[in-house]
Amino acid sequence: MCTISGKGRVKMVTVDSNSRIDFLRKKALWVRKETLKIHKIAQETRIASSLSAVEIFTVLYYGKILSYDAKDPAWEGRDRFIVSKGHGAISLYPILADLGYFDKKELNNVCHEGTFLGGIPDSLIPGFETINGSLGHGPGVACGIALALKRKKAREVVFVLLGDGELYEGSVWEAIMFAGEHKLDNLILILDNNHICMLDYCEKILDMSPLEEKFKSFKWDVVTLDGHDVNQLYDSFISLKKERNHRPKLLIANTVKGKGVHSLEKDPLCHIKNVKPADIDKILEELA
Amino acid sequence: MTAEIKTTRDVFIEQIYKRMYEDEKIFFLCADFGSPKLDILREKFPDRFINVGIAEQNLINIATGLALEGYTVFAYAIAPFLTMRAYEQIRINLSLQAQLKDINVNLIGVGAGLSYDVSGPTHHCLEDLSLMRTLPHLIVFSPSDWALAQKFVDYSINVKKPKYLRFDGKPLPQIYEDASAISFENGFTELFHGERICLVTTGYMTHKAINVVTKCAAEKNLSIGLIDVYLLKPFNEELFYDTIKHYAHVITIEEGFVNKGGLDGLVSAILDSRNSGIHIKRMGFGDAYVFEIGNREYLHKLNNLDEESINTTIKDLMREN
Repeated sequence: MCTISGKGRVKMVTVDSNSRIDFLRKKALWVRKETLKIHKIAQETRIASSLSAVEIFTVLYYGKILSYDAKDPAWEGRDRFIVSKGHGAISLYPILADLGYFDKKELNNVCHEGTFLGGIPDSLIPGFETINGSLGHGPGVACGIALALKRKKAREVVFVLLGDGELYEGSVWEAIMFAGEHKLDNLILILDNNHICMLDYCEKILDMSPLEEKFKSFKWDVVTLDGHDVNQLYDSFISLKKERNHRPKLLIANTVKGKGVHSLEKDPLCHIKNVKPADIDKILEELA
Repeated sequence: MTAEIKTTRDVFIEQIYKRMYEDEKIFFLCADFGSPKLDILREKFPDRFINVGIAEQNLINIATGLALEGYTVFAYAIAPFLTMRAYEQIRINLSLQAQLKDINVNLIGVGAGLSYDVSGPTHHCLEDLSLMRTLPHLIVFSPSDWALAQKFVDYSINVKKPKYLRFDGKPLPQIYEDASAISFENGFTELFHGERICLVTTGYMTHKAINVVTKCAAEKNLSIGLIDVYLLKPFNEELFYDTIKHYAHVITIEEGFVNKGGLDGLVSAILDSRNSGIHIKRMGFGDAYVFEIGNREYLHKLNNLDEESINTTIKDLMREN
């Protein structure tokens, strides 16, 4: 079950549509496999970090949470999605290609000469709003966008995907303070809480717990859930997107770094580990 | 010259305030930094004036988000903190982003050079010209007087690129009475045409150079050239070279570190690439911070940047001939 807390409690939307859950699970499996295929040809990519965010990306796009126009990525009526944890975003490539943002054939060229699909995405790629790769910029830029949307009296919302290791950047907390004070309830921060930085478990580097209380004290609403459960993600996204209670929202998605690849799961050094191309075929079979 | 004395930031902010009435796309942000002229702006436009707090990184990031949504943003803070505390935000979100998208963020840094003389080295700003010049797509504006800043208002709104506006912290006399002498396409104005030696200056040092050149003419019958550089980027290199090519010596004078890519770097690169044979002498601060306490004149004297030092440099070069 997902828990929702904070001032201005949001009402759960009950979803009993098994077909939707089934659809989203299948899509997530497909995205996970496509991500591994990209890693097979682009070993420079950060696979573990990309795998923890698979269900988040899947539900945002295939769950029709985000408004978008793949043929017109700058469409004024789109929801803005900022991928602040740029290192773990190659799992978004197959989704964007599938939806028509760019040619699917381009997925065969990730990190190869002449392509626009690098190891870390930037706004050169249709569908990405900002420059990513240096951590801690997304939340502040998102605050500026959310503020602009409010001044325009626009209904669109801003989603940001942040890694939990990114919380160490001071600029993130400048943005957190700002968003609460300026009542940016059109801002939804998704924390990919995979518990691991580059060199160790976050808990062993600087323990940030209790996270929920920290955000609540800065005037945020907080939801905590299983970030691999498409049903929980779907329900929460629907609720959070609707709720306008003068408070920005944090969704703590508890995830597993390297999800789906046993050799990566629970390895504190998985951020910098590759999965060898020869092993990927075997993993793809197992996942199926 | 009537030489009306005004503070650059006040003149600029007053103009922006007026523009905010007719242009609803203007936001004014600050990092808890004021000006007498800012009080009315923040009172009249509470929706489009935002004090982000003492948080320069967030200042740039919020400005970026607004600019990505089509707003014209002015982001106002003390120059060294604006440029150096938030350097990576400027690099990633303004410089890099500007290669791909229109982004109109005007960074107003107050406290050029030693404007905040007695506040010490944390408040001195000697690195910003070279740091900001390094960043692609960033326009670097370093006006010597308030009239230039006033004329820059249109440019700042119309040119959809990130800009750094380096403003002096102190009231200074007007240099430009005739607006037609100002060209933001070229980036500089030849204030005095001379014979063998030309001073090339920016910001506050232009005032010192005017005194030196005027006295040389009156007291020694010496005709010294003077070029005031107010846009370090973009810069009309061809026209600049045409203007200085007849000189034997160029002396760059800036309230910043030398040999690190500031004004002297701009000029020397132009001379080098043309094998000009023109000798360049760089005046500014050496590779050390200024911990001594005293007013601007005193600190300039200690660092060989006062009018007497400029005169001595000229005298030495004349002797070489």
